[in-house]
Amino acid sequence: MSETSVEETKPAAVIDPKDAPSLWTRIKRSDVWYSFTRSPVAIVAAIIVTIIVLASVFAPLISPQNPFNPAELNLMDGFSAPMEPNQFTGNVYWLGTDDQGRDIFSTILYGSRISLFVGVSAVLLAMVIGIVLGLVAGYRGGWADTIIMRIADVQLTFPSILIALLVFGIVRGLVPPDVRNDVAVWVLIVSIALSDWVQYARTVRGATLVERNKEYVQAARVIGVKPFTIMMRHVLPNVMGPVLVIATIGLALAIIAEATLSFLGVGMPKTTPSLGTLINTGQDFLFSGEWWILFFPAVALLALALSVNLLGDWLRDALNPKLR
Amino acid sequence: MIAFVLRRVFQSIIVLLIVGLIAFLMFRYVGDPIESLLGQERTFEDIANLRERLGLNDPFIVQYFNFLLGAVQGQFGISYRAGVPVSQLIAERLPATLELAFVSGLFALIGGVALGVYTALRRKGVIATTIMTASLIGVSLPTFLIGIALIWVFAVELQWLPSNGRGEVVAIGGWTTGFLTSSGRASLILPAITLGLFQMTLIMRLVRSEMLEVLRTDYIKFARARGLSARAVNFGHALKNTLIPVITITGLQLGSIVAFAIITETVFQWPGVGLMFINAINFVDIPVMATYLMLIAVFFVLVNLIVDLLYFAVDPRLRVERPSSK
Repeated sequence: MSETSVEETKPAAVIDPKDAPSLWTRIKRSDVWYSFTRSPVAIVAAIIVTIIVLASVFAPLISPQNPFNPAELNLMDGFSAPMEPNQFTGNVYWLGTDDQGRDIFSTILYGSRISLFVGVSAVLLAMVIGIVLGLVAGYRGGWADTIIMRIADVQLTFPSILIALLVFGIVRGLVPPDVRNDVAVWVLIVSIALSDWVQYARTVRGATLVERNKEYVQAARVIGVKPFTIMMRHVLPNVMGPVLVIATIGLALAIIAEATLSFLGVGMPKTTPSLGTLINTGQDFLFSGEWWILFFPAVALLALALSVNLLGDWLRDALNPKLR
Repeated sequence: MIAFVLRRVFQSIIVLLIVGLIAFLMFRYVGDPIESLLGQERTFEDIANLRERLGLNDPFIVQYFNFLLGAVQGQFGISYRAGVPVSQLIAERLPATLELAFVSGLFALIGGVALGVYTALRRKGVIATTIMTASLIGVSLPTFLIGIALIWVFAVELQWLPSNGRGEVVAIGGWTTGFLTSSGRASLILPAITLGLFQMTLIMRLVRSEMLEVLRTDYIKFARARGLSARAVNFGHALKNTLIPVITITGLQLGSIVAFAIITETVFQWPGVGLMFINAINFVDIPVMATYLMLIAVFFVLVNLIVDLLYFAVDPRLRVERPSSK
């Protein structure tokens, strides 16, 4: 965008397709990459996030046991302290085990898998809802705009955790009791997404109002492009920058929201725990001195949420032209 | 001014009607009232009678109107799980939540203003920079982890303070209070800190930045030049003029305090309405959920309205008729 390097100013016909910069070169030449290499915080955060994401994606390969397969558990291994041989079996677990003899390291791997899945899906869903409603509100205006933005205003009055709890409760009420645990993950995604779409909708609407009156949109309208195509093809790409920033910070918030709901006992069931459920379980053992059951999942949650948050902060500054 | 107040009141009523509609829809369609009130052995006649008695055959608008009428009179139906009127459940538990919210609000306000003033006046000091860094970390911690950390340190390791419940309470009329017993007061400390910490950091940062702004203005320089004592300048003139945004934020945060009380009450097993709401979700106790929703909505709308009106009381500039509006 802002770069006008020598090659780009040459007439297009002279450039051999072979010499056209590859995707990787284009990334390396971009402003965002430059600012990334200059920010140690962003690099460290990105490394931590990458490690956690890889570890949770490949959890079944990495983890020493599948903590939710009863056949692999030995009750005698229960309550092993971290790095100490178990008093009955002599097995050593890095991060200790819980009351059932589950290896805490493995539960964390599987738990962050669920936390990440719920967080990412919730953000994607919130993004889609927010973008569509924001585009419609901004491009169409009129009564659609009034209704959508009024709902958004009313919802913004209340903290999002309250909205998520409420949606969770309602959806849970609509689902037959015997499948509630199986669909918990989807119910969670929907409730976090519905508590979070307003941000996206407001941002997209604001950006759309600006883009709507620019010449390229008017030109498209004049040659008879359909409103849907204009919104998707022309307006959307130009409002994606701020949306990406919100999505990154939103991911940290979604992960914490999921952990909070699960901690409150209204999220993931104990049979398929997320990091929040693990912390909830661990709290019961705090008083009897088995601190590691709570401590390590909490550290994992903090590392994940904090790194994503720092990445979001960096991205916001990197994409903000005023700060360049 | 009157036009502004009327418009705000009108908007508040609209919000309440919408929330009421959601609560009514939950009440009417999410849980089946017939299913929950009649046992297994029921005849079609029973069902028809009950439908008629509960007014389920009336038109939608009539049902909604009756629901609102009942809600205004404090009738919110009967809890599916406890079998007692929801209004009774709420009345029993509301004092616990209000006392917790009150104490943590006070903690946030006093602590926030004190630390804010301190960090603004000693901007470069070691303690001030430490406080600022700590607050940055504190903001990004989830509430429930702060509560658990406090329990771990003060209840499990040091065993100074109780970690759950309200301790002994004294009943005064319909109100139970923990203020009058030592165990009640001790039980309040950890939950109140957990709940108020986020708000405290928020107020602290706000007071700090406002103070720094005000301390740069001419009238402060002039007050110093006149030879007023540092105390009179800092507190009599500077602090006073930072309080308008502080009032707004504190007011708006009151709503969040009540909402986040859900989390704090769960961590500390505090027997308030938040814990009741979580239990209601777990057992799909729709009347309790719907009532809690309406209660919170009324509270939020009232707080927002009061904050808006307070603006007029505090900031004389807003009371002047703007010539352009004529």
